[in-house]
This record gives sequence, C-alpha cells and structure tokens, in this order.
Amino acid sequence: MLNRLRLEPSRILLNLAVIFIIALWTFPTAGLLISSLRDKNDIAASGWWTALSSADRKQVGRMKGSADQVEKDGKFVISGNLFEGGDGTSGKVSAFGTKVQTPSANAAGSTVTLDAGQTLTVNVDGSYILTSPTKFADERGGRIFFVSSQPPRFTLDNYQSVLFSEGIGRSFINSLTVTIPATIIPILIAAFAAYALAWMKLPFRGLLIAIIVGLLVVPLQMSLIPLLKLYNAAGYFMGVPSKTYLGIWLAHTGFGLPFAIYLLRSYIAGLPKDLIESAQIDGANDFKIFRRIVLPLCFPALASFAIFQFLWVWNDLLVAIVFLGSGPDQLVLTGKLNALLGSRGGNWEILTASAFVTIIVPLTVFFSLQRYFVRGLLAGSVKGG
Amino acid sequence: MAEQIIYAFFTVIIGVGGCFGYFYGSNWLLDRIFPANASNDSSAVRNLKMQSMIRPWLFLGPALILLSVYLLFPVVQTFWLSFHDRAGDKFVGLANYVWAFNDDQFRLSIFNNILWLAVVPALCTLMGLVIAVLTDRLWWGNLAKSLIFMPLAISFVGASVIWKFVYDYRGEGQDQIGIINAIVTYFGGSPQVWIALPFWNNFFLMAILVWIQTGFATVILAAALRGIPEDTLEAATIDGAGPFKIFFRIMVPQIYGTILVVWTTITVLVLKIFDIVLTMTNSQWDTSVLANLMFDWMFRGGGDFGRGAAIAIVIMVAVLPIMIWNIRQANKEQSGH
Repeated sequence: MLNRLRLEPSRILLNLAVIFIIALWTFPTAGLLISSLRDKNDIAASGWWTALSSADRKQVGRMKGSADQVEKDGKFVISGNLFEGGDGTSGKVSAFGTKVQTPSANAAGSTVTLDAGQTLTVNVDGSYILTSPTKFADERGGRIFFVSSQPPRFTLDNYQSVLFSEGIGRSFINSLTVTIPATIIPILIAAFAAYALAWMKLPFRGLLIAIIVGLLVVPLQMSLIPLLKLYNAAGYFMGVPSKTYLGIWLAHTGFGLPFAIYLLRSYIAGLPKDLIESAQIDGANDFKIFRRIVLPLCFPALASFAIFQFLWVWNDLLVAIVFLGSGPDQLVLTGKLNALLGSRGGNWEILTASAFVTIIVPLTVFFSLQRYFVRGLLAGSVKGG
Repeated sequence: MAEQIIYAFFTVIIGVGGCFGYFYGSNWLLDRIFPANASNDSSAVRNLKMQSMIRPWLFLGPALILLSVYLLFPVVQTFWLSFHDRAGDKFVGLANYVWAFNDDQFRLSIFNNILWLAVVPALCTLMGLVIAVLTDRLWWGNLAKSLIFMPLAISFVGASVIWKFVYDYRGEGQDQIGIINAIVTYFGGSPQVWIALPFWNNFFLMAILVWIQTGFATVILAAALRGIPEDTLEAATIDGAGPFKIFFRIMVPQIYGTILVVWTTITVLVLKIFDIVLTMTNSQWDTSVLANLMFDWMFRGGGDFGRGAAIAIVIMVAVLPIMIWNIRQANKEQSGH
C-alpha cells in the first residue's frame, strides 16, 4: 500500500499518460451522450463541451407597441421584459444593441440614447425601459438584439421523440426479435457439434475440424450474392417472401457457427477424460452425457460465445440490410440509424439520441458480463504463442 | 407496438423451440428405433453399435448443413459466378477480372484497402501494446482497460455517428460543434470538411477502427504480458536494464506469438471493412474499399453479379494465406494433444 502511495515523478507521469489516453478514448462517446441530453437549439449553437457551463446565446426580442405606453413625468414610457412572450427561455442578459450586427454593443444595465431623444435601458434580468419625449406612434414595438447567458439545461425530449415518433422504438423491438434467436440457436447447434467433434468416434474428424477453422476467416461478403439468389429462389418456390426473420436467424447462425464450434470444441475437449469415460461405463449414452455433464460444465464457454454472438448480431448492418426488408416491421436499429444518417444528417438531436439508444444495450451487456467476454476473446484468439 | 411485441415473442419461441425439438426428438427417435435394452443380448449390442454410429451425425447434422449452405456453397458459387456475365448465365472467362484490374475505381479500392492494411493493424497493435504496458502496474489499470475496451461493444454504425459528430463541420466564422474543428479554429486554423478531403480522409475513417480495435489488442496483450515470468523481469532489472530495454529486449520477444495473432486477427477484420465506409462517406471522396465496391456492384444500379463476385474472390484470395496459417496452427495444436 505504501509502495503505491509513493509519489515518484515517473509514477505521476505514468498516471498522467494513461489519463490522457483514456480521455482521448472516452471523449467521442461522452460527446454523444451529453449532446443527446441537450436542447436541439443548443446542440446546433455550441459545442457539447460547453454544455456544463452557461452558454452565451444571441437572441432577439421585440418591445411592446404604442398601445402599452404610459405617460410619466411628461415622458412616454414603454416597459416590459425581453424574456416574456419569447420561446419561454430565461437567463441573464449580458449585453444588448439595437442593430442585428451589434447585439453586444452595450453592457447590460446601461442606458443608451437613441434617435429623437429616446433612451433605452436593458437590465440583466431582461427588463427594459424605453422613454421618449414624444408620444410613440408605432403599433409594433422595436426590436432589441441581445446576448443572454443561459444556464446549462438538460432534457429527455430527444429520447422521447426518437423512441416514439422516429421509429427507433419499433426498430428496437425488431433488433431484439433478430438477436435473441440468432444468439440461442447457434449456441445449441454448435455445442452439440463441438461435443461430437471432441469426444465421439467419427470418420474424417480431423478434416472436419480443419474445414471449420478455415471457414473462420471466410469474408461474409462472399456469401451474400449466392445466398440472396438461393433465398429468392426458395421464396419463389414456396410462395413466401424471401426476406423473413427465419431467414436472417439461419444466416446469422451459419455465419456464427465456425467461431462457436471452434471456441466450444477447444473448451469441451479440455474437460477431464475420466469424467466422460466413467459416465459411459455407467451406461449413459452420449445425449445424456452431453445434457447432464458437459452442458453444465461448459457454461463459461457458452456464456462467452453468447456475448460475442449477441454483440455481433445486434451491431451487424450488412446481413440485416441484405436479408431483411426495409419496412418498419423489419428494419433493425443499425439499419434505421444508417437511414437516419442519410435523411436526418444535420439533425444532431435525433442522431445522437438514436445512436445512444442503439449502443445502450451492447454497453450494458458488455459492462455486466465483461469477465466472460474477455475470457472468450482470450480463448478465441490466443493460440500458438 | 403491443402487437409487434407479441408477434416477436412468439416467433422467438417458435424458432428456439424448433431447435430444441430437433435435438430431443431425433435422439428420442434413435433410442426408440435401436433400443439399447432389447430382448436378447446380440440385438442389444447391435443396436448400441448402430446408435454410436448414427448419433454423431445427429449431433453434427444441423451444423454441417448450415455451414455448407451458408459458407461452403457460397464460396464455390461465388467462384463460379465470377467467370460469368452480369446475370450469371453466360461464361465469360476472365473478363470480369480483366475489367476489374483496368477499372479506376477498383484500383482505387485496392489502394485504399492496402492503406488500411498497412496502418490499422500496426497502429492498433502498437497502441494496444503501449496501453497494456502502461496500465499493467497501475492500481486502477483494469478500469482504464475497460474504458479503452468499451468501443468494441459499439456497432460500426453507432461509432460512425459518434465520429461524424467529432468531425462535424460548420462554415468559417460560425461556432464549431465538432471537437476537431473547434480545436483547429481555437489555434487559429480554418475549419475543414475532414471526411471530404481526398486521400487524407482515409486516415480519418481508419481512426474510427483504431478507436474500436485498440481495446481488443490491449486486453489480449495485457493477458500475455501477465504470463511473462516475474523472475525474468526481475533478473533484467537487477542486471541494470532500463525500462525501454526491458520492453524491447524481453517483453516484446516473449509475447511475440501473441502480437502476431492480434495482428492477423485485425488484418482479417480490416480486409472485410465495410460498415464504416458505408455510413461515413458511402464511398464518396475516394474512400471506396473492396467490400463496398462489391456491395455497390451487387445491389446498386441493376447489379452485376459477375463483377461483384470477382471482387469478392479478390478479397477471398487476400484472406487465403491467413486461413492456411490458421489451419496449420490448429493441426499442430491437435497433434500436440
């Protein structure tokens, strides 16, 4: 403990270096999260890093017209507050002016003399007093341009609008519909296959394993044209649409299988030999051994793969846009987000909130099950060495 | 919405239930057809033999069928398609490949792919190694690694939105809301449309993948570093080796195999890179890579399956050496058992 607390210059430097790298790595995500909670005008007006301090905003307000004037001490006076009747914001006026080019010509609280002996005072709280020696004639009041400093404010409005009116909520459910079976089905199929390849007597075992390892790196893109043709033919032949949930489950299962079998086989092959053999001597058949002994024991490996497959399917865009339709009942979150990037490219309040909705699920899974995830990564890639 | 949830719930039940049903059903059927507790001993023995011959294929069956349909068949079919015309009817020999290597867009994509391959795996591995070494002796090192690792859970599309926001551009004189342009203007530079600057924009797209994959390299390499025997490092320190010497002369050679694995894993990923380019630039401003070019030929503007397939085969050929290396590695491991 003492050793840790010793403040050597090299340790301070080391800590600072790591803090710097982490800041670099988390800044982009922090920007997204903070922006998604900001008002849409604020997002467009200033950088997200200013969100925590009060922001200067250029605004315009209109004074009351001639109908509201009162006569006082031989002068005609119009008074009111610039924040009244506006967009409901409040804040502190720091400067004001009467021309659009110079909204910060005069400090708040000062009095300026305008044409024809009129004087104008604008206070910090937004109240103004306009006096004139002659009677006001204009029914419409003049405009005041001012700079106000706004306290930081955060809102969930963006989330409300993307979830319920932009269709993100619907896509969220579509994503779940794709992801849950596409995670469970390959686990089952791969676990059985991995057990067969690890412990059962069968011809061509070495060859089968070599093929599966080879398929690990086959680029997904290769499969798309032939499979699309196959799906169209099958759909036509059976008189059903070619883009269905069943179709994408099987596609994700097929693409995930090499890694699943590879990962699970090496784990199952590592189980103690005595365990399996003694069960065989007791007369249990392989189905029973698998169900009662192997499946419970390889839970950590199953969990690792499940997390992988879940993240991979949830985050996938390519397979989804090829094998599923683009209607609201089939468009998944990544596809929806990609569509929004095209149609709402400048609407950052929608993009940031939508993006955060799509990444919240994988992030939750990741942080709660990180242990298994890392274990799977290590088992899946560190070999040879 | 409620209807959708109910529909989703039932499709999930049916899909997963069907799968369970197959394994239970087929094994139950096998036990019925060849009962192990048959009346006389000889038929019981014969039945058990039959069971142990058939059962592996019941276990392997679904996996083999799916692998054949979704991976093996497409590889063969793509190969076949690449020698045929746009609809896949007429044999055209090497015409698609000849076209590809004379096509400017294809050459540009190859060039960009090579650029990605040269930069991303190297940078990820290097950053991963540096971060792994730096955080190794830190009491909050695991937290630090988690944060570096986090982008790995984010989809490429999500990451693209995040980074589009980072690169966002506003006209000169306006307040910049993208952090890069804000920094540039703060130091007196003029704002740029980063993703539309030909050639250099490739690097801005690569930054996204580096941001995502460095965490992967960090975690794997950190685990390997833990595996270096403490004595070795202590002996080196006693002999008076400085931190840099220890790093280059002891740590790097010890975990060389792992570095290679990380490097190749990221290389395979880079060869298939697609989503980032699609969502960031949609191949505009000279950022096209092979996977995106193939996608465009397959699904846009009427499509040309022959040319798309030829491009897919080029990607496959690039992956081939890594595939062979993987298989040999796996065989070595097996014979070692």
